Amino acid sequence: MSLTVLKPGFQSTLQDLGRNGFTHLGIAPAGAADSFSFRLGNLLVGNGENDTGMEMTLVGGTYRFNQSTLAALTGSRFTATLDGEDFPFFKAFHVKKGQELDIGPSQDGARCFLTVKGGFHVPQILGSSSTHLMTRIGGYEGRDLKKGDQINFGYSTTSIEPEKLEKIIEPDRSVLHVTKGLQYDRFESKNRDVFFRERFIVSQRSNRMGLRTEGPKIKAGITDEILTEGLPIGAVQVPGNGHPIISFVDHQTTGGYPKIVNVIAADLCKVGQLKPGDKFKFQLVSIAEAEKLYFEQESFFKKFTHSNS
Amino acid sequence: MILDPTVIPASDRSILVQFGDEISEDLHYQVYLFTQGLLSSSHQAISNISPGYSSVLVRLHHKTTLAEGMDTIEEVLKEEHPGDTIPQRTVEIPVCYEDEFGPDLGRVLKHTGYDKEELIERHTSGMYMVYFLGFSAGFPYIGGMDESLATPRLETPRKTVPAGSVGIAGHQTGMYPLSTPGGWNLIGRTPLPLFNRSEPKDTAIRMGDRIRFRTVGRAEFESLGQSQS
Repeated sequence: MSLTVLKPGFQSTLQDLGRNGFTHLGIAPAGAADSFSFRLGNLLVGNGENDTGMEMTLVGGTYRFNQSTLAALTGSRFTATLDGEDFPFFKAFHVKKGQELDIGPSQDGARCFLTVKGGFHVPQILGSSSTHLMTRIGGYEGRDLKKGDQINFGYSTTSIEPEKLEKIIEPDRSVLHVTKGLQYDRFESKNRDVFFRERFIVSQRSNRMGLRTEGPKIKAGITDEILTEGLPIGAVQVPGNGHPIISFVDHQTTGGYPKIVNVIAADLCKVGQLKPGDKFKFQLVSIAEAEKLYFEQESFFKKFTHSNS
Repeated sequence: MILDPTVIPASDRSILVQFGDEISEDLHYQVYLFTQGLLSSSHQAISNISPGYSSVLVRLHHKTTLAEGMDTIEEVLKEEHPGDTIPQRTVEIPVCYEDEFGPDLGRVLKHTGYDKEELIERHTSGMYMVYFLGFSAGFPYIGGMDESLATPRLETPRKTVPAGSVGIAGHQTGMYPLSTPGGWNLIGRTPLPLFNRSEPKDTAIRMGDRIRFRTVGRAEFESLGQSQS
């Protein structure tokens, strides 16, 4: 049971929901950049939420299925055809042996996900299959996929009815909700006003480690640096050049720049879908509101009975 | 020992436990005890922790609420740590200070006013302290460098710094376990693999270790490198 990479996309990696328990060694969790879409993809093909899937960025790539299976595409809509026929998004689909799935450029956000029944099979590193590109661990030989790679996947024996989603959530990516960051009070109120008033532009230099911004420059205050401390995912750091950076799934585990705000967990899936040139604003909410939104988003998955924890 | 830090949410899914706001061995001791307490406790509420110089960031398990996370933190803080001490492990780091491995030696010599011999003497005579690992896999935050060696970071960071590079940035000295971008002044390289992809948990250096640098020549650098690989 395998799939062959005929043409790699811009950056395609194997991911699960992340490698937890090792940030004290400097090892970032990594994991799917839009975990909401990723989990849906797994559930659609009857997998556990954490089974290994493929994350594609900006341009998908071409893949040949060497065995028949059940597959699904979720996340942002990319052009996608199976042997020339349109391949649906957010729907489990039977793919036959020898068929080629061609995933072109994105028509929407930055990333889409391919999941197959049984998940892709790669070695687990520290309990996870997630690729961390800088460390070169996890996924397929610790790197993004290349032409000729052959990836094994699970054997499909179940006869689960493919699920289709009635309503696909299309979050508004022009607003990222945030809570106050650990150094929020270090920023003068006039600088915070600029931060919340202006629109930021996603920089070309963004990646899974961090989403860099262009546009307004934010003055950090008296000092550019703080005593190095743990960096939460979604932390918005303001380095000396004044251009905020949103720490993301492959983030450095600690950082020394002041953190003005932190993107709320429920909006991290939006960060994974922002692409260079996109414009967005930050909007402040309370910690209590953020936590409520997070658990509301989590409750969405409860209706899938075969969902495992 | 019962610890009494400030405990505040850092985001809706993480909590910062802050023991102070400076680099000191006393604060490090508290950070170390709490880190070990979290790592050895059987709680289910926490998925990841990141110690820093004077704080520990606690990231919640995906099913845990902030309130539950706070409770777990309180429990671990209240645990007694009778006679706990940091295991005093000293790790010797062989470093080859040849020009080929230290492209910024000239910059550091110019800034400090030392000749190369004196720079090596001062860099290798120190006993260093590993406060924590962070940034990238196996990257040690090291304190205790001779203040007179302090040299500002490069204005433009390198796109790639070879793994094993030893450098100086401001008042810090350190090593790059992985080939990453970086802005430190590179003064040498160690053949010791600091991060091993096949045994990622066994980082060469751990939080709380003491470090000494030892100067090695080109021949020893190569033979050490071969025996390690």
